[in-house]
Amino acid sequence: MKKTIASSLAAGLLAAMALPSLADGIRVDGFPPFDTHFDKQVNVFNEAHPDIAVTYQMNEHGDHHKKLTTNLATQSGAGDVVIVDVSFVGAFINAGGFVNLSDAPYNAGQFKDGFVSYAWNQGQGSDGNQYGIPIDIGPGVMFYRRDVLESVGAEIDGVISDWNSYIEYGRKLKDKGVYLIADAGDVARIIVRTTLQEGEGLFFDADGNSLVTSDRFDNAFTIAKQIRDEGLDGQIGAWTGEWYDGFKNGTVATQLSGAWLLGHLQNWMAPDTAGKWGASNLPGGIYGSWGGSFLAIPAQSENPAQAWEFIKYLTTQPDPQIDSLKDLGAFPVLLETYGDAAFDEPLDFLAGQKARRLFADVAKKVPAVTPMKGDLIAEDIVMNGALAEVLNDGKDIEQALKDADRLLKRRIK
Amino acid sequence: MVGSPHKVSQVAQTPNRARVRRASRLAPWIKTLTPWLFISPFVIIFSVFTAFPLFFSAYLSFQEWNPVAGLSSMQFVGLENYRTALDDPWMWKSLYNTAWLAVVSGIPQHVIAIPVAYLLVTAVRAGVRQVYTATFFVPFITSTVAISLIFYTIYSGNAGILNQWLLAASKWPVFSWGLGWVEEAMPIRWLSSSDLIKPSIAFVVIWKYTGFNIVIYSAGFLTVSKDLYDAGKVDGCNAWQQFWHIALPMIRPFAFFAVTLTIIGNLQMFEEPFVLTSGDSGGVGQSGLTASYYLYLVGWEWLEMGAAAAISWVLFLFIAIATSVHFYFNGRKGMGGDR
Repeated sequence: MKKTIASSLAAGLLAAMALPSLADGIRVDGFPPFDTHFDKQVNVFNEAHPDIAVTYQMNEHGDHHKKLTTNLATQSGAGDVVIVDVSFVGAFINAGGFVNLSDAPYNAGQFKDGFVSYAWNQGQGSDGNQYGIPIDIGPGVMFYRRDVLESVGAEIDGVISDWNSYIEYGRKLKDKGVYLIADAGDVARIIVRTTLQEGEGLFFDADGNSLVTSDRFDNAFTIAKQIRDEGLDGQIGAWTGEWYDGFKNGTVATQLSGAWLLGHLQNWMAPDTAGKWGASNLPGGIYGSWGGSFLAIPAQSENPAQAWEFIKYLTTQPDPQIDSLKDLGAFPVLLETYGDAAFDEPLDFLAGQKARRLFADVAKKVPAVTPMKGDLIAEDIVMNGALAEVLNDGKDIEQALKDADRLLKRRIK
Repeated sequence: MVGSPHKVSQVAQTPNRARVRRASRLAPWIKTLTPWLFISPFVIIFSVFTAFPLFFSAYLSFQEWNPVAGLSSMQFVGLENYRTALDDPWMWKSLYNTAWLAVVSGIPQHVIAIPVAYLLVTAVRAGVRQVYTATFFVPFITSTVAISLIFYTIYSGNAGILNQWLLAASKWPVFSWGLGWVEEAMPIRWLSSSDLIKPSIAFVVIWKYTGFNIVIYSAGFLTVSKDLYDAGKVDGCNAWQQFWHIALPMIRPFAFFAVTLTIIGNLQMFEEPFVLTSGDSGGVGQSGLTASYYLYLVGWEWLEMGAAAAISWVLFLFIAIATSVHFYFNGRKGMGGDR
């Protein structure tokens, strides 16, 4: 009895140890909807590389990054390729857990000119080396309900001409019981992502000093607060049942977001509302990016060469980039794709609008945001903490930003 | 341990006399080792999953460590993490929230559980009592996350059933005198206004854990001998006096046990506030940020494991003080020392 237990234990241990080193196979760790993308791409990839077996493991966005944190901390268990969201890039990339792709045999630098430059630069560590290769970007746009717009007889160009007319639109909607936007906080979140100076991070300047008390934040918070105070938003948190309901029922008129929201809307959030939506520039003539993902190879990977082949295929080849645009609404990082016919296709979900052309124009004008080490902390303290206090508790904006600034300085040395 | 049968087989090949001598030399060892062998599963599991993390977190609290950078990136920073923790407004806010929630969600659990358990034991037939107790116990064995998610929906401002119900109730003539304010206040943001978050969380905790306490107190009241009630009746006790002067003092050890569990459990509260504030750094104004929640945030969201370890030790101190105050005042009597 004892022997069987011992031997089965030993067998189990052996099996567990044998798992990560599948001969020549690689595993990609990521989050949905990339699984949809890989379902298709792995087969195409294998036509050219039949010897590299690719499997993938998907977790929810937050869980994936938590798992990755643990994997990097313990230096075991990470996939050969990992997807890293842009908000985590600053905290992850300088920590030394990823393979330096600027060096031979990867020589990532040769692909630099093919990419949207700000996205490429975001994948660089502070040592100037490339650790992450961008796979998609999130040009910031506004999605709006066409039917709601018509019901109050408004024109989209008028609505987005500046923030005042956007708010004016909201006042008209309020009489009809429709919210201008699910959460006024999103207005602040997009404005802080725009009007950046070259080389600045969202919250820190190039030298790592906090920018939280700057006009950019003050302005963003002020406009959001006005929308909240006038009762124009639904105070509905993102990624909740109520949020999806708002999109389905047309009780929410607009949503500011990365272009990627389109994929979520048409695939699962509100597929029945096809044809009722439109996309436009952000109000007030601003350009910003919202979201984006990177591929990296953990230093612990035993098959970095194969992993690099797969990354190259996904990011530097036009076909998979165009496919991800069509299938996921994930926006390409590869400049040469922007001339593709897919960009002039009318989108049924957006009532035949050729919105991808719009997204590409936005992508070209987006200011670069440099990922910084303290991004995750600042996001919590400023965009969750201070913003919520201003919007929900009526705290003075200047005071809230000052407090947040002080908290940040205490944490980030 | 595994080696010992192997040794015995080696011994078997040696000449007889030597074998006897060897065996007699081994015997005391075997005797000493056997008990260790028997408790080894516990010792091994305890050292790997309890003792090691304990010492590691103590060690970690003096280091600066971004887990993403791997183990080798640890840097000794002395008391820096503790200094930051004690000087951190969010840390104090989270301790205040923890204490607030511990008291407000703790006391009602017992105030409700004791009379309910007493009624179940004295006024209800055994079979029926078990059905009731089991029913009350169900929330306790249900996953906290599942419960919190359901309450999240119940509390929802626009579509939540709680607001809908309040609105409907305020239109009934019976309730309207007391609920006239409801329509004005709609939609009530149970989980997104800083002064309602804590009570909303506390209610979920009370709902979940009262049943557990009912079970403990029922067991307690069942141990009270019928003779005592009879003696009381002979002396002219009414029902209230039987409860207050006989039953309650008799269940003191049970109360002590239940209160200790509540104190420790409530001070470690994490899932309910985490899910109800949808993991959003403690909700508006960090009103739902408990100490466990904060150390999770610092360690896993902000990737400052050293600082998180320091906070966990501050929290430990906090729990230790609260529990020892409770032990000091209630301990001797509570543990039945005066019987």
